[in-house]
Amino acid sequence: MNKIIRVVNVSKKFKGKEGEFIALNNINLEIGEGDIYGIIGMSGAGKSTLVRCLNFLEVPTQGTVYIQDKDLRSMKEKELLEMRKGVSMIFQHFNLLMQKNVVDNICFPLLISGYSKKDAKKRAYELLKIVDLDEKATSYPAQLSGGQKQRVAIARALASNPKILLCDEATSALDPQTTQSILALLKQINKEYGITIVIITHEMDVIQQICSHVAILDHGNLVETGSVTEIFTSPKTKEAKRLIYNGDTRVEEMKGKRCIRIVFSENSSFEPVIANMILECKAPVNILLADTRDIGGRAAGEMILQLPQDEETANKMIEYLKSRKLAVEEVKDYV
Amino acid sequence: MFDSTTISMIGQGTLDTLYMTIVSTVMGYVLGIPLGIALTVTDSTGLRPNSVIYKILDLITNILRSVPFLILLVLVSPLTKLIVGKSYGSSATIVPLVISAAPFIGRMVESSLKEVDNGVIEAAKSMGASTVTIIRRVLLVEARTSLLIGMTIAFGTILGYSAMAGTLGGGGLGDIAIRYGYYRYEADIMVVTTFLLVILVMVMQNLGMKLSKVIDKRLIN
Repeated sequence: MNKIIRVVNVSKKFKGKEGEFIALNNINLEIGEGDIYGIIGMSGAGKSTLVRCLNFLEVPTQGTVYIQDKDLRSMKEKELLEMRKGVSMIFQHFNLLMQKNVVDNICFPLLISGYSKKDAKKRAYELLKIVDLDEKATSYPAQLSGGQKQRVAIARALASNPKILLCDEATSALDPQTTQSILALLKQINKEYGITIVIITHEMDVIQQICSHVAILDHGNLVETGSVTEIFTSPKTKEAKRLIYNGDTRVEEMKGKRCIRIVFSENSSFEPVIANMILECKAPVNILLADTRDIGGRAAGEMILQLPQDEETANKMIEYLKSRKLAVEEVKDYV
Repeated sequence: MFDSTTISMIGQGTLDTLYMTIVSTVMGYVLGIPLGIALTVTDSTGLRPNSVIYKILDLITNILRSVPFLILLVLVSPLTKLIVGKSYGSSATIVPLVISAAPFIGRMVESSLKEVDNGVIEAAKSMGASTVTIIRRVLLVEARTSLLIGMTIAFGTILGYSAMAGTLGGGGLGDIAIRYGYYRYEADIMVVTTFLLVILVMVMQNLGMKLSKVIDKRLIN
């Protein structure tokens, strides 16, 4: 397949107060045309620096990058600016012009490219349809949700008909549901317009869901590259294993809104009430506060528990606790 | 309580003060905006870092800002004579006012422009925007609220300086306050002129703040 991006021996060093810091160490990477290519790593791995090297927002200390076989290092300032119109970028914090409304934000790259105001507006409305946000045309970014802001940013990125879209932690500031919808939109864009997408993320889920290929970055080194299936089924390096298994064993966060306060007064200190309730109801609870002690063989004190989201299980738990002669009362707004 | 000559003198003084302040503010911005932009752009974290240019501008700005206004007024009087033809009166006061205000305004513009979110600047760069485009379409647009608030402050400060120029025959309300109020012990004239100066500053201050709220789209109205 045609390689649209080639990263050749790229190193990037920063000079800090405590000497040199190597952000990227001799990176070699090839990204095929039409791929959705993921670059994953822990924070501080150099992902953001790497993606900025792809359009020379950061100029590598050594090595170079080829976009469609053109060497970025040999380009003059003007050629670089021209090249960037074909390589769009979206960001974690959207980076929209806060003083301009949605349409004017999307017009921005078009005006740079020499569109007339009228043509730019017309194209901006078309782009808003693609990202499904046409009713927000005259809203200002401050009035939009995170997901909507990212849609505006995507529309803005598509305005110049780019060949490549770079996404720098584009879903990291979004909730899981919004992340899904943004990823679906990116997938659709990749399919319909054949735009090559490079995704920088620290979330394995994102890679799993839409990427065809993945590169794993660790402390400035590229430790493993390959197709997503390949790396998921047989990760070779310990960094890859850590990222993949971490994702699988992650404890699910408690989402229940109901909390109860229970007061122990009559139970034997030797009766494991909470553990029994969990076994009985087969669902976890979250202990938010516990203050109990043994007074002459009797348990005394109180606890605040966060119940599971499922109403039925939550009710069952309350019934169970009441049957064990505990005082139970619901507390509002504890979580 | 005042006769018509006094009233018309105070009226003329008010107009003179407004004239000096407005013209000096506008001209101060004509010089101060490019200065502020240059300071922002050439700073080590700016769009075109250039430590030589930055240090030179920084030095000139600091020197001009540290010279007390009354001293500056005297120092530049040969220049004032050259430009205006005389070294007293409202029009003459504009020259030192502008020289004193421009570096001050330049600093305020610099600080406003530096407030602009780096991410937005980076986004513009990623779209292939040139430095000039970023200044025109990103920096000046995103910082407009802060620039306007700065302008309100600058107006008040320049108005104060214009009144100070009254001690040396600068014209306007300050001049009247000094000549009648201070030298001739006509306290009522001093009170009225001072009161008018306060009103002018307050009106401008409120106007500026209100307008800055209206044009600020970061707030959800």
